Amino acid sequence: MKSKKLALPYAVWMAVFTLVPLVLIITNSFQDKSGNFTLSNISKAWEYREVFLYSLEIAFVSTLICLLLAYPMSYMISRMSEKAQSIIIMLITVPMWMNFLLRLLGWVILLSDGGPIDTVLSFVGINVKLKDNDGAVILGMVYEYLPFMIMPLHTVMSKIDKNLIEAAQDLGSNSFKVFSKVVFPLSIPGIVSGITMVFVPSASTFLVAQYLGGNKKMIGDIIEETFRSNQNVGSALALCLMIIILIFIVITNQFGDEEAVGV
Amino acid sequence: MKKLHLPSKLYMLLIFMFLYAPITVFVVLSFNDANSATNLDGFTFRWYGEVFRDRMLMQSLRNSLLIASLSALFSTILGTVASIGMYNFRGAPRRIFQTVSNIPIINPEIVTGFSLMLFFTFLGTIFNFEMGFITVLLAHIGFCTPYVILSVSPKLRQMDKHIYEAALDLGCNQWQAFFKVVLFELLPGIISGFLISFTYSLDDFVISYFTCGPQFQTMPIVIYNSLRRPVYPKISALSTMLFVVIITVLLVTNIRDLRASKSDKK
Repeated sequence: MKSKKLALPYAVWMAVFTLVPLVLIITNSFQDKSGNFTLSNISKAWEYREVFLYSLEIAFVSTLICLLLAYPMSYMISRMSEKAQSIIIMLITVPMWMNFLLRLLGWVILLSDGGPIDTVLSFVGINVKLKDNDGAVILGMVYEYLPFMIMPLHTVMSKIDKNLIEAAQDLGSNSFKVFSKVVFPLSIPGIVSGITMVFVPSASTFLVAQYLGGNKKMIGDIIEETFRSNQNVGSALALCLMIIILIFIVITNQFGDEEAVGV
Repeated sequence: MKKLHLPSKLYMLLIFMFLYAPITVFVVLSFNDANSATNLDGFTFRWYGEVFRDRMLMQSLRNSLLIASLSALFSTILGTVASIGMYNFRGAPRRIFQTVSNIPIINPEIVTGFSLMLFFTFLGTIFNFEMGFITVLLAHIGFCTPYVILSVSPKLRQMDKHIYEAALDLGCNQWQAFFKVVLFELLPGIISGFLISFTYSLDDFVISYFTCGPQFQTMPIVIYNSLRRPVYPKISALSTMLFVVIITVLLVTNIRDLRASKSDKK
């Protein structure tokens, strides 16, 4: 119980199954197929800069929409009775129990031409292409990761002492001031962890853009493609993605304490 | 407690409709007699029967359940032991340990999957093996253990340090003190770590996809392979069943928790 040695098995585990594979990504990025040093993989990765930008753009918009949708939702939940809160939070997590690919396919069916939404819309005279555009990709991302935004926000908001809000009201704050001076500042750790939990996976996911964006490719899709054809280029792309995510996390962590993540 | 106003209720309702829309599609399709996504053609239970006759689907379900149980078991043990060891660290070593442990959580899944694929193929060329059951299992233990540590460590910090010493003073040896006292204090964290691991493992597609090799298939991989075919009502039926089972388990445990907390207050 008092022994530090207990950490040893997992330390060895991490060295073998976390660190060595990451080192392999780095070494593979700078090697050609026969193992000689080269920078050509990196320059090949640079050719995909448009795809990187597109992925970051999609991730940024999706994260923003998730935040705007989740914030009022989490606030409403945090005002409910404890019993109701646990039931609502459970109901929010339940859809995540159906496989990610199936939920994605569900949206493909819902949004396809002649699908249920299209039928209703064309019945009232609206004819729009619901699928195969960036909007559909963003919808897929928001759908996939909205619960990851609601949860940490709800965690911090439910911890806000009700007396603080009442005190602010007693001291003459209107509801806007209560929000801007009490609720919002106290919810910042939740916002930060929610942003990280939505942005990172939505920037790196694959398949969503292929299925909802009409064969559009995000960075995850490109990495998946190279996985069989050219693992060295794939490593270089994975390395770039990792560096971007790392920079992103360092920046967001400036705004809040990472300990607050309530997964 | 203020009651919610009508606009708030409507807003919540809309969010829930959004969250449940694609799931409804599958529940409907699983009862659809036509093998099609767009034509509804009468109500049937036949896909539910056919699921159990589909050897490949059943095998993949068994594989998924086996991988999920084993990886949850191993990562719970590995993570709990590591949490206790880490609890005795202070300062920089602890921070480094925690950071490295969090890498699989923070890193994009596709990077983790890709790096493990490189690692396993590298080992495979040396020791002459192909990726399959074992590599998927190792990969799953790798991404589950950090979640166990995240759920056990807070319980360790909350625990009264003196109860372990009290147990020693009262004549327990180290092992007895751990199994009779400390373990019970940590149990809620250990159980939730186990459940998180089990469910993440069961649902994982990306990391399994990169580490499963050419022969071994879990449920999500079978689903992925069937995506390219038009529709697969059997998979809808199987997923609906799994979904119902999971909701039932969640509801029952949740209701029990609520009951327990109610009787605690009395």
